[in-house]
Amino acid sequence: MKPFNIYLTGVGGQGIGLISETILRAVDHGGHRVKSVDTHGLAQRGGIVVSQIRMGDAVFSPLIPDGQADLVASLERHEALRAAGTMLKRKGVLIYYNTVWQPLSVRLNERSEVSQTDIHSLCKNRGIKVISVFRDHLTDIRMQNMVVLAEICKRGLIPGIQQEHYEKAMADLMAGTMLEKNMAVFSAN
Amino acid sequence: MKKMADMLLRQKAFSEIVMGNTALVRAMVEAGTRVVSSYPGSPTPEIATAIASIPTAQRPFYFEFSTNEKVATELAYGAALNGHLSTVFFKSVGLNVAADTFVQLSLMNIIGGLVIVLGDDPGANSSQNEQDNRHYALLSYTPVLEPADPGEVYRFYLEAARLSQRLHMPVILRLTTHVCHAKQKVAFGAWQPQSPDDTPRFDSANGPYIPLTSLALEQKRTALDRLEQVRRHAEKSDLNQSVDNGNAKRGVITMGLPFLSLMETIGNVAAKPDILKLAYVHPLPRKTIIDFLSRHQTVKIIEELDDVLENQIKSIAFDEKIPVTIIGKTLTDDWIGEYTPDKVRQVLARSWPDMIPPDKVPAAPDPAPSRVAQLCPGCGHRSAFFAIKQALAATDITVADIGCHTLGFQPPYNMGQLLMCMGASTAMGSGLRLFNTSRNVVAFMGDSTFFHAALPGVINAIFNRHPITLILMENGTTAMTGHQDHAATGHNFNAATDKIPVRQVLEGLGVNHIFEVDTYQQAKLIERVKEALAIDEFSVVIARHPCMLKFTREQRKKPGYRRRQVTIDQDVCERIHTCVETFACPTFTRDAKGNITINTDLCIGDGSCIQTCPSEAIAPANQKKSGGAA
Repeated sequence: MKPFNIYLTGVGGQGIGLISETILRAVDHGGHRVKSVDTHGLAQRGGIVVSQIRMGDAVFSPLIPDGQADLVASLERHEALRAAGTMLKRKGVLIYYNTVWQPLSVRLNERSEVSQTDIHSLCKNRGIKVISVFRDHLTDIRMQNMVVLAEICKRGLIPGIQQEHYEKAMADLMAGTMLEKNMAVFSAN
Repeated sequence: MKKMADMLLRQKAFSEIVMGNTALVRAMVEAGTRVVSSYPGSPTPEIATAIASIPTAQRPFYFEFSTNEKVATELAYGAALNGHLSTVFFKSVGLNVAADTFVQLSLMNIIGGLVIVLGDDPGANSSQNEQDNRHYALLSYTPVLEPADPGEVYRFYLEAARLSQRLHMPVILRLTTHVCHAKQKVAFGAWQPQSPDDTPRFDSANGPYIPLTSLALEQKRTALDRLEQVRRHAEKSDLNQSVDNGNAKRGVITMGLPFLSLMETIGNVAAKPDILKLAYVHPLPRKTIIDFLSRHQTVKIIEELDDVLENQIKSIAFDEKIPVTIIGKTLTDDWIGEYTPDKVRQVLARSWPDMIPPDKVPAAPDPAPSRVAQLCPGCGHRSAFFAIKQALAATDITVADIGCHTLGFQPPYNMGQLLMCMGASTAMGSGLRLFNTSRNVVAFMGDSTFFHAALPGVINAIFNRHPITLILMENGTTAMTGHQDHAATGHNFNAATDKIPVRQVLEGLGVNHIFEVDTYQQAKLIERVKEALAIDEFSVVIARHPCMLKFTREQRKKPGYRRRQVTIDQDVCERIHTCVETFACPTFTRDAKGNITINTDLCIGDGSCIQTCPSEAIAPANQKKSGGAA
């Protein structure tokens, strides 16, 4: 198949690792060749966390070249704008969880907070399809990633990957109440 | 749920999606490795995470986190002299710490075999530099194998282990950040557990193991002879990979992750260059390279960081009088940063613009405000920096060290004006105090680092009477790299052990002025620091608070866990903004009008902020029962 590049981003502590590992394994269960790489290090201390997933036969590096992502999924609004602006192809798809973890420069009043309008105008200029998701009353903020994953699944944003593939992947990675709770968020409409 | 331990110990051959660091551990199991040691440092800590997934009793090898990389290397060496296949792993700059021992290893007859796994960090993702550790291999006569992906991590470790066992010499497996952290499906072999022969086989007759006077020169000759044997082996090795595109004009010699970036870059090129991808990067497979150079008019060398391949390959071409044009690095920029697909495209475009058209449009600028790493919500270091800053004069000098507390150098704290490496703050601070009677000097130090490399500097400050103040930022763990235990925690990697409390060490060394305070007690901390600064002798303030990231994670797992938060009374708040601008917990969020609210996703309700509000507008929120752990 043609290469398909997925760029996942967010802030340390949001659960990028789990959504990334789930997608990676779902793509594998879907029968596609896949590679990925995470950024670690200082990222877990409130910095940016990125995970890149690349599917397809003609993929070599685990790193996506700039501006070559087909799909960007962000768990935070500032990181959604950043990734859409630097990594996403024209006519690509951006899905983001509409929450804000303000960077230091915003908290120090040196820069303005990124608004939904900022994202929509950048994406309009580049023909990027934008999907914003949010769910009230989550018992644990670390399951915002499952809300994003559910939407990716429902809209078929990753070619050839179906609900059963995601569910199989989740069962690979979790057990007991953790699996139940995440599955409940993933399956809710 | 797939359990990592089951996979790592599976006896039948299988395929699984793994990270490079995990693939390495399966390779250790298959190779029959008996002793493994390390000190935590990115990009390697996940190797220990994989090891930790195997219960100690089932683990086919002994593992420990040693107090530093030098100690870890010495331990692995000692074990190997008893005949055990051993491995030591650590991050790039860890080799500087281990160097005094490491450079001697190739002189020794290491009967069990010893593999040194390095996590180099091109791009300095999580290190203070991006040093190219291939230089150490050259200066110490140590062979290097370098994989490009998790599958090669697995195969190359097996090769390195076999080679080291056969030739009784150290072998380096050099990984880089995005090889350690890359994930893909790897086909693993079968594993038949063997009952190991644990007879301590050390015999000085296997040596000499004492490299003194004329013996050292003989041992060097042996090292060079063995290196030559590795070269001959490398020339026949099928791990060096050749990609034949039938191009007699152009070839590329490359290695490691840059090979994958190159393949990515030339994907759509019609006349692709031939490629020689080296697995053995020291010593170079000379005949293989002569053959490749002889078959091409022009050869481009694509190597990350320094020109280690380039110099040697040019020298081979010169000696062999091969009529080939060799293009190495052409700009300073070629020496800097990770060779990502984007970087390799630029490097190649400069040499062969007809093949790779140079980028017409520059990379898109980042439209969002930058985001730097932060101390976590509730971090005791934040309270400490907020308070200590108030105890210091603007002209005082603050010296940072390595750890989470390094982040204090950033605004708004600006605590820590210079940084070098693990444990360096006390002695650098002592130097800054010489001929200096007008500016106080304060050095910061973490507790894990205290045991790792700080002790000689501390002892020196006592011994030579340097009147500086050391602030020990004690959080009870090795936080930055993922909460590993250290000598003061009462646990080692495998079991409970005796604590070595920092205070007792300092008292034993004869420090006369030791102050201790919990960092959440900000007023008290300010007083203690002022007292310490007033003393004209070496003084220590132990600024203690447990790592709240670790603490909160542990609390969440407990039954009846209640999530805590603070709240801001908007009627009381006077928009002074100390909380958001000076204390600067990431929890405080500013709206366009300057109102401050709590980010409930982030707040852990530790309350260390409450005392910082001049208007007393911050208070604990009503506690509500949470859904508990996810």
